[in-house]
Amino acid sequence: MGVSGKPAELLEIEPVLRDQVPVIRRFTGGGTVVVDCGTIFVTFICNKEAVPDLQPYPRPIMSWSGLLYSKVFQGIGDFHLRENDYVFGNHKFGGNAQSITKSRWIHHTSFLWDFDVRNMTYLKLPKRAPAYRSARGHLDFICRMKDYMPRSIFIDKTVEAASTQFSLRSFESEEIETLSETEFHPSTRLLSAEELEADVIAGR
Amino acid sequence: MASRMLWASRAASHLRISVFHRGFSTVLKDLHYAESHEWVKVDGKSATVGITDHAQDHLGDVVYVELPDVGAEVKQGEGFGAVESVKASSEVYSPVSGKVVEVNEELKESPALVNSHPFESGWFIKVEMNDAGELKNLLKPEEYSKLCDEENSSH
Repeated sequence: MGVSGKPAELLEIEPVLRDQVPVIRRFTGGGTVVVDCGTIFVTFICNKEAVPDLQPYPRPIMSWSGLLYSKVFQGIGDFHLRENDYVFGNHKFGGNAQSITKSRWIHHTSFLWDFDVRNMTYLKLPKRAPAYRSARGHLDFICRMKDYMPRSIFIDKTVEAASTQFSLRSFESEEIETLSETEFHPSTRLLSAEELEADVIAGR
Repeated sequence: MASRMLWASRAASHLRISVFHRGFSTVLKDLHYAESHEWVKVDGKSATVGITDHAQDHLGDVVYVELPDVGAEVKQGEGFGAVESVKASSEVYSPVSGKVVEVNEELKESPALVNSHPFESGWFIKVEMNDAGELKNLLKPEEYSKLCDEENSSH
């Protein structure tokens, strides 16, 4: 869930609690996504001067990301950035979220590689939805990325597109954790069952 | 643009301050500005803080504002809250140091006030300043306008 998301408005709390689905509140804006073992995350964390002539505001960063991914999906499935989502045609396969400070910004995307129809039942229809959604239910609104491109090709092409903007080095994730010497206190956190229940009661 | 100039003039006459109109965003005289696009209106030891017209225009439609608790300490140049606009959470920085004595509760129900009235009813916090000398670190209206012009022309 995004930073200001209200669980009772965005989630079907009863099945979430019953099935013990972990609910994580991010520090970034944006909406709610179901994360499963197929989800691909791509995150850009940039100092504000990292991309020349890019103003560190939501829309320029979003447009920049759309241009980068248009290289990845060139000729595939009528890709474009549509009202802050990545779509093939008018079906969403990538949701975006950002956080911006005075010295840097983060832009991250959850790519919907595949999904289990049953997992979509944990989500309510959000109050705030893009106009192009046109009140479609989840299954009519989203599509599976795996139907358009092999996973390894997507990863390779994304890395290639990033290399046109930045010089790249590859790390294992365990190495990244040991690189930083600063003490880090994450603000992204798991919501407790009590918090989820309390939000339902508060809504009533 | 015309309606923006009209409300700016109305706001100005209400606040009894003078305005000069920019091509792109409104900058009010009699305020101090931070490079991070917050404004502060000083009245003795009391300071009212918000984000500028330039900032709200670049952030887009505001859907949520995260504010500190009354009684919290703020420091010049340090983050005190955030503005959420569609997909982005953008940190806001205090232009003054002191204690938060009031927060704008209206923003809970009406975050869009930040877009429609950034200098008026879209204010964020009121601070009891502990060092008015810090105001010299902020930008004058003409300096802030120049900053906005430079930002606008760089892309």
